[in-house]
Amino acid sequence: MDWLSLAFSQIVNGLQAGSVYALVALGYSMVYGIILLLNFAHGDIIMVGAYTAFYAMTAFHLHPVVSVVLAVLVSTALGVFVEKVAYTPLRSAPRLSLLITAIGISFLLENGAQLLFGADTKSMDPMVRGGIRLGTTTVSFAAIITIIVSVIAMAALSLLVRRTKLGKAMRAVSEDMGAAQLMGISLNKTISFTFAVGSALAGIGSVLYLCAYPQASPTMGSMLGLKAFVAAVLGGIGSIPGAMLGGFAIGLLEAIVSAVGLSEWKDGVVFAVLIVVLLVKPTGILGKKITEKV
Amino acid sequence: MALLQVDHINVFYGAIHAIKDVSFHVDEGEVVTLIGANGAGKSTTLKTISGLLHAKSGKITFEDKDLKGMPAHSVVSHGIAQVPEGRRVFLRMTVEENLEMGAYTQPRASIQTAMKDVFQRFPRLEERRSQIAGTLSGGEQQMLAMGRALMSHPKLLMLDEPSMGLAPLLVEQIFDIVRELHRAGTTILLVEQNARAALSVADRGYVLETGRIVTSGTGQELLASDVIKKAYLGG
Ligand SMILES: Nc1ncnc2c1ncn2[C@@H]1O[C@H](COP(=O)(O)OP(=O)(O)OP(=O)(O)O)[C@@H](O)[C@H]1O
Ligand SMILES: [Mg+2]
Repeated sequence: MDWLSLAFSQIVNGLQAGSVYALVALGYSMVYGIILLLNFAHGDIIMVGAYTAFYAMTAFHLHPVVSVVLAVLVSTALGVFVEKVAYTPLRSAPRLSLLITAIGISFLLENGAQLLFGADTKSMDPMVRGGIRLGTTTVSFAAIITIIVSVIAMAALSLLVRRTKLGKAMRAVSEDMGAAQLMGISLNKTISFTFAVGSALAGIGSVLYLCAYPQASPTMGSMLGLKAFVAAVLGGIGSIPGAMLGGFAIGLLEAIVSAVGLSEWKDGVVFAVLIVVLLVKPTGILGKKITEKV
Repeated sequence: MALLQVDHINVFYGAIHAIKDVSFHVDEGEVVTLIGANGAGKSTTLKTISGLLHAKSGKITFEDKDLKGMPAHSVVSHGIAQVPEGRRVFLRMTVEENLEMGAYTQPRASIQTAMKDVFQRFPRLEERRSQIAGTLSGGEQQMLAMGRALMSHPKLLMLDEPSMGLAPLLVEQIFDIVRELHRAGTTILLVEQNARAALSVADRGYVLETGRIVTSGTGQELLASDVIKKAYLGG
């Protein structure tokens, strides 16, 4: 394989992984933007989504498309449920209580999955096989599907946030909860909606992850979640374009580090880059300074 | 029957008793002002009416409806709009989007007409309709905050220190707008530290001191009163 095709295939790999990071990072960023919570349970929503798709296909032999829809629905419902049961009662509690609750929910979901499905990694046949030959390299269908699906999802999200009434309400609430209420915007509805959208994206992310690695384990959400969290912070937490940018940046970074033969160093490099970026620009690449309220 | 009737409300921040047994009313078509020094409890009173805070005891009635325990987002749909202290426009949204948020409880079809009315009253906002609110000047932001509140066609408009931080010329302009709204029949509850200006536009006024109403009267009576002159009008 020549240099050019190696570079090309690594870029495709980077974009594929980056798409998943970006989708998951969006959930972190949106939730942080609206209630200033680092929702550490978000990664575990992906794990539940992945198990849902996994069992739908292997145990119930449902059509992959049906399984995907099911995974997205279950993730969405779980995200909204967690918000209602665990976070809503703490709306006026100190931020730290909320953060600790999120960590607790994360453990609960991981241990619950271990109890239900066992601690071992469950593998299945690849969801998507084959690819397109381009010169000397092959681009897998899985990579193509992943990139296309996530780009569509992100475009839909941008439209939702910029153009729809609920999307504008989300922006209003994230900027000023009190003023938003004075407009007649219901906090409960808007915050639930934000969790629903973030969790649906995580559900899509979980299935795309299964396309790349056809396996599920109770702790699969923690590393993926952590990387996506780093992506959200790198891009500027609270910023939607920032989360997308951060996700793709980390995916590509990992691919580059692997391509030069340092793949066991890639997590270290990701965190090193995060630290450097935050030293130079503490709000992340596209993050805005939180405006002081008068 | 008054449009807004506030009866013996008590409001607390934790252990701090911020509003003590406050009663007043606003009749339809009136401009009523609440004046008082820093920390007297003016904003707390407005926030309690709009549902951002809840009274521990007492009663707030609006058009015969009890507002007790009603969340802020439902109070708006009953016809009360508040322009909060410090304007609090959505700085990262455009002028037009801010106005749309003001019409959040209104049917979609009515938004364009309401926006036209606001633009007619505040031509400056029309010129800047696609600009991000954060880039507006203080005076323009105040106009936006008022326009945003008017988008819901409120039966009662509550203004919390609309002249705060503005240059004298702009202060004048804001009070002119209050007069115009009054002439057009809007009922207004106006909170101000600028007592002279507020009393001169108001039909009636109440004076708040450390959470209590200490005096009330018509705008003219209060402007003429020696006690008020000493305490609030600089002698
Ligand atoms: N969030 C809060 N927590 C605790 N105390 C508060 C809070 N907000 C206001 N207070 C107190 O309640 C009292 C009334 O405050 P309020 O903001 O209603 O005054 P105000 O008349 O609007 O003053 P200003 O003219 O400065 O706006 C003050 O003593 C203030 O310190
Ligand atoms: Mg005040």
